[in-house]
Amino acid sequence: MNLHEFQAKHIFSQYGIPIPKGFVARSAAEAKAAAQKLGGPVWVVKAQVHAGGRGKAGGVKIAKSLDEVVEFTEGMLGARLATHQTDEHGLPIDSVMIEEGLDIAREIYLGALVDRASKRVVFMGSAAGGMDIEEVAATEPEKIITVRVNPVAGLQAYQCRQMGFALGLTPAQIKQLTQIMQALARCFEERDLSLVEINPLIVTGDDELLALDAKINVDDNAIEINRQAEIADMRDVSQEDETEVKAAEHGLNYITLDGNIGCMVNGAGLAMATMDVIKLHGGEPANFLDVGGGTNKERVTEAFKIISASPDVQGILVNIFGGIVRCDMIAEGVIEAVKEVGVNVPVVVRLEGTNVEQGKQLLADSGLDIIPADNLTDGADKVVGAVSA
Amino acid sequence: MSILVDKNTKVIVQGFTGKQGTFHAEQCIAYGTNIVGGTTPGRGGEQHLDRPVFNTVRDAVDDTAADASMIYVPGAFAADAILEAAEAGIKVIACITEGIPVLDMLKVKAALDFYDATLIGPNCPGIITPGECKIGIMPGHIHKPGSIGIVSRSGTLTYEAVKQTTDIGMGQSTCVGIGGDPIQGMSFIDVIEQFEADRQTKGIVMVGEIGGTAEEEAAEYIQANVRKPVVAYIAGVTAPAGKRMGHAGAIISGGKGTAADKFGALEAAGVATVRSPAEIGQRVSDCFTG
Repeated sequence: MNLHEFQAKHIFSQYGIPIPKGFVARSAAEAKAAAQKLGGPVWVVKAQVHAGGRGKAGGVKIAKSLDEVVEFTEGMLGARLATHQTDEHGLPIDSVMIEEGLDIAREIYLGALVDRASKRVVFMGSAAGGMDIEEVAATEPEKIITVRVNPVAGLQAYQCRQMGFALGLTPAQIKQLTQIMQALARCFEERDLSLVEINPLIVTGDDELLALDAKINVDDNAIEINRQAEIADMRDVSQEDETEVKAAEHGLNYITLDGNIGCMVNGAGLAMATMDVIKLHGGEPANFLDVGGGTNKERVTEAFKIISASPDVQGILVNIFGGIVRCDMIAEGVIEAVKEVGVNVPVVVRLEGTNVEQGKQLLADSGLDIIPADNLTDGADKVVGAVSA
Repeated sequence: MSILVDKNTKVIVQGFTGKQGTFHAEQCIAYGTNIVGGTTPGRGGEQHLDRPVFNTVRDAVDDTAADASMIYVPGAFAADAILEAAEAGIKVIACITEGIPVLDMLKVKAALDFYDATLIGPNCPGIITPGECKIGIMPGHIHKPGSIGIVSRSGTLTYEAVKQTTDIGMGQSTCVGIGGDPIQGMSFIDVIEQFEADRQTKGIVMVGEIGGTAEEEAAEYIQANVRKPVVAYIAGVTAPAGKRMGHAGAIISGGKGTAADKFGALEAAGVATVRSPAEIGQRVSDCFTG
């Protein structure tokens, strides 16, 4: 789960990580009041969306008067912001942050994430702050300094000093960096983060280190088991894909793609493989959909409704390998959905595994126009053929 | 021979009396797995599925000499369950549970270094040596005792590989689902190393997916250490970057972990790859007919 910048900064403040003075505003009047409270002469107006690259996309503006604060806020609220991290439609801006303008002497990148290869939380720093860190990683990997946190001992002060000296900070600045990194490590652990980024972490003209931006991703598994109640309440579904949210409410893993062949599959790996095979046979998948290992008839019906609701879908491939899931139950779900929704695109069904014969029989006896397939290759062939016909 | 589990393996079920634990324990018993009991804290002394229930894994091991465990407890308590099994001396721990927080698994992984225990999973179908011992949720009837070792990050894709190797008549020595999470117990390399050493295993099928670099590391290992034929498939060629594809570990981040990179690494290591999971069986067959 992603947080907005203002939410991440709220969490930071709970751990004593220094942030600029600022307020969140949901109207021009609130923005003006916030600016007055902060005092001038310069303010920063920042669009709150779940994406990076806001500055280049016009989502961060420097205001030199209260009128400009109002003007920029009005321009952002209610609009959508598209950055290089979003699709072309962008994300809706429902709130902005109004922050004090600061005298910036240096910009640094500081982040932490779970590194799969080393099975550790890894802190990363770079003197190239404010830049896209993935670009730095790709073009100048030697400029990224990493330290690995031992899960038993935790982050040690020497590791923070190591980072600070490598970044070329002064001893006084390194003292501040150490406090920030240790607070981040505590926050990471206590709040079940999967990623935290401060880009940039600035050194001000007064030699103070401040988190100018804040990005936090939280482990969905920790939210799911109700271990992070405060963070769970911060969820903003307006920043997520509407269909994906609706699917998740029914226990379905759904992701929207660009193609025209809808797929319904059990199991995440098989669902990805089904997309790949559709592509291999010259088609384009419209979605990823995993109905889950222990699915039921209702979920299958819901899944079918979600897929066929998309105007882009011109054909549907159902691919089920029944293990725990019985093929006859899947067949009943498909039949019910086709009757209820009145699907008017070709539906190809490949069933394999537990109770496969009963499942095939049910489909054959249903009187519905369902195209049976013998295996995955046959299924992909038939659905691609049906769509291009 | 096979790897890790066989007909002599004594298995307990953690989360024995719960809905999932009960259903799958019944299936495993029906398959012939030697399930010797299970644990549910507070229900010690009862009988469930004609087998004893214990309060702790320690009690279960003391009483039954169990050496393997199958875990079905919910995500919030699974890390605790894994460590309880390791501390009690269980040698093979298969954790089926999905949704364990990543930071819990980081700690479990570090803690397991202190024990002589092998963790399979979490978020996996488990492990099966066909005809002898099924520990997990896979449909037993599609398997057949034989000579192909299968290792996979995905459940249903494993079943595809199993059915096809059964259909070509070769069957399986052991199938290990290492799970779809970013931090796991056994890795591809751990399993492949055992298959290479196992006499019954003549060939290996490896099913990977996008995310992380485990397949690339396995490719390097295979090139240096494995003489048996390996057939590999990677799911997720069409997966978009930055999206979690069902499995917590199946995500392309920062341009890393794409299917193209993994196919490339495996092919460079001399591994036979297939672009469709439907071709796994045929490709395995080709390896043995020249």
